Amino acid sequence: MTAEIGSDACFTNRIDPGVDELVVNVGPSHPSTHGVCRVIVHLDGEVVTKAEPVIGYLHRGIEKMAENRTYLQVVPLTDRLDYVGSMYANWAYCRAVERLAGIQVPERAEYLRVIVCEMQRIASHMMSLGSAAADTGAATMFIYAFDQRERVIEAFEELCGARLTYNYVRPGGVSFEIPEGWTERVLQFCRDHREGLEQMDRLFFGNVIAKDRMKHIGVLSPEDAVAWGASGPVARGSGVNWDMRKHDPYSVYPRFDFDVPTGSNGDCYDRARVRLFECYESCRIIEQAISQMHPGPIRTPGLPRLLAPRPGDAYDHIESARGALGVYLVSDGSVRPYRMKVRSPAFCNLALLPLLAEGHMLSDLVVILGSLDPVFGEVDR
Amino acid sequence: MALIDRLGETLDKGQGSGIILSTVDSLLDWARGKSLWAMPMGTACCAMELIAASFNKFDFDRHGTFPRPDPRHTDVMIVAGTITKKMAPAVKQLYEQMADPKWVIAMGNCAVSGGIFYYDTYSVVRGVDEFLPVDVYIAGCPPRPESLQDAVFRLRERIATESIAPDRRREAVLTLPGSADISFGVRPGDHGADEQGGAR
Ligand code: SF4
Repeated sequence: MTAEIGSDACFTNRIDPGVDELVVNVGPSHPSTHGVCRVIVHLDGEVVTKAEPVIGYLHRGIEKMAENRTYLQVVPLTDRLDYVGSMYANWAYCRAVERLAGIQVPERAEYLRVIVCEMQRIASHMMSLGSAAADTGAATMFIYAFDQRERVIEAFEELCGARLTYNYVRPGGVSFEIPEGWTERVLQFCRDHREGLEQMDRLFFGNVIAKDRMKHIGVLSPEDAVAWGASGPVARGSGVNWDMRKHDPYSVYPRFDFDVPTGSNGDCYDRARVRLFECYESCRIIEQAISQMHPGPIRTPGLPRLLAPRPGDAYDHIESARGALGVYLVSDGSVRPYRMKVRSPAFCNLALLPLLAEGHMLSDLVVILGSLDPVFGEVDR
Repeated sequence: MALIDRLGETLDKGQGSGIILSTVDSLLDWARGKSLWAMPMGTACCAMELIAASFNKFDFDRHGTFPRPDPRHTDVMIVAGTITKKMAPAVKQLYEQMADPKWVIAMGNCAVSGGIFYYDTYSVVRGVDEFLPVDVYIAGCPPRPESLQDAVFRLRERIATESIAPDRRREAVLTLPGSADISFGVRPGDHGADEQGGAR
């Protein structure tokens, strides 16, 4: 554990005379903080009385940089927002641009976007489940989860040449047509993935240690989830049935038959389990999308390289692996956005940490943080 | 592994029977280069590839590189990701906490130069070499896990020429009794340092 140099809660566990409180500084470089989060923890014995997340260690100024790029040049920047699920930020941004400039996207492109984003959801949830398991001490689960994640990443690599920063979804369509044999590969992956999920379910979620470490830890009530603006698996783990794909349908999602898994207790176990079940649903969506997809153009024809939308603003959101990811764009009529604002679900979910961690043990803090699944590229932007 | 096999063979048929003549330098470099424990300083996207490198498909452990998130246990710091001005003091402090000898690998364009965040941003340090001595640079945004493994091999080559005496570089080759020389620290033919010179 280290601290920022010069801060007062630095280096040592400071004990105030007369007050039985210990201030421990976790991060910004700590194996369990899932990135560069620093948490100042106030402890009474081993019990957390207060946990303050300190963010900004990865603030790269992406929103400001976007003001100096043309609309197309911003897409690679959005890759770096949520680097566990780059496709989502691509898509959310492109939807905002399309709404701003009134672009119609070809149907095949929409299907391709759905397929890659559902695969991305699987990849992202695998990372989250694996690291949540590693936080409770079950490092084996990470290996199984990463195996599945690697397969998605290999498919993406075949599709667009990059393992992590895809730059695939562009305003007006997608960048590449799928290579030959790719759909078979994806369908085969879906079949194997279901088996992998069952194995993980037995291996980890049926394990008594995992249950002991995660059940009744960090309980979030549905009222709090709504009041604090939680979304994604964090809200659904508490039983809030709120999914943008169902309740504010976008793209071609209304054509698919899928369920929204929800938890009942709102604890770390339910949040993790919701992620597992979402992967099954993603497989279902991918299979339906592949069977419904028809050949056709993948980009809006006649779209100029330099988009210059009319002055105005637009907001659009999608359901990312972490929740409702929104992008707000303001145009002043030039070829560059006047302002870009990202509504990041990871940021809103991380805000719950002080609420959830209070009264739990210090070792449960990392489990709670892992169950919120923050990605700091998106939190700090 | 092959090196160890050949070592046993050499000892068996050597006239010295069980004695290896060496220098402290070559033995130390051999030992250090083969077990580089890494301090994963993963801050951003590149950290994903750093994790991928240590997991099943790429399996970093087989090269003796093992991620340990404790600076006291580690030999090489792998800086993977964007270093912001807020994060830089922590990275520097972690580097200072590492025990000597220590090396730094800058993984990814951000750690090399600021990468995509070189222009137009106010919060990013333009390359980790502004405050740390970097030994190996890997380009890419993000680099593939294989590049990281290659960087570790490059680092081994570099370590093979290090000496405990300050300001001295060696042409690292160790001669064993009764056999052709065995280069400790590097695989022969690996990097052009398979000169026949004895240990100095
Ligand atoms: S080099 Fe690219 S992938 Fe790596 S941290 Fe920087 S932006 Fe992310």
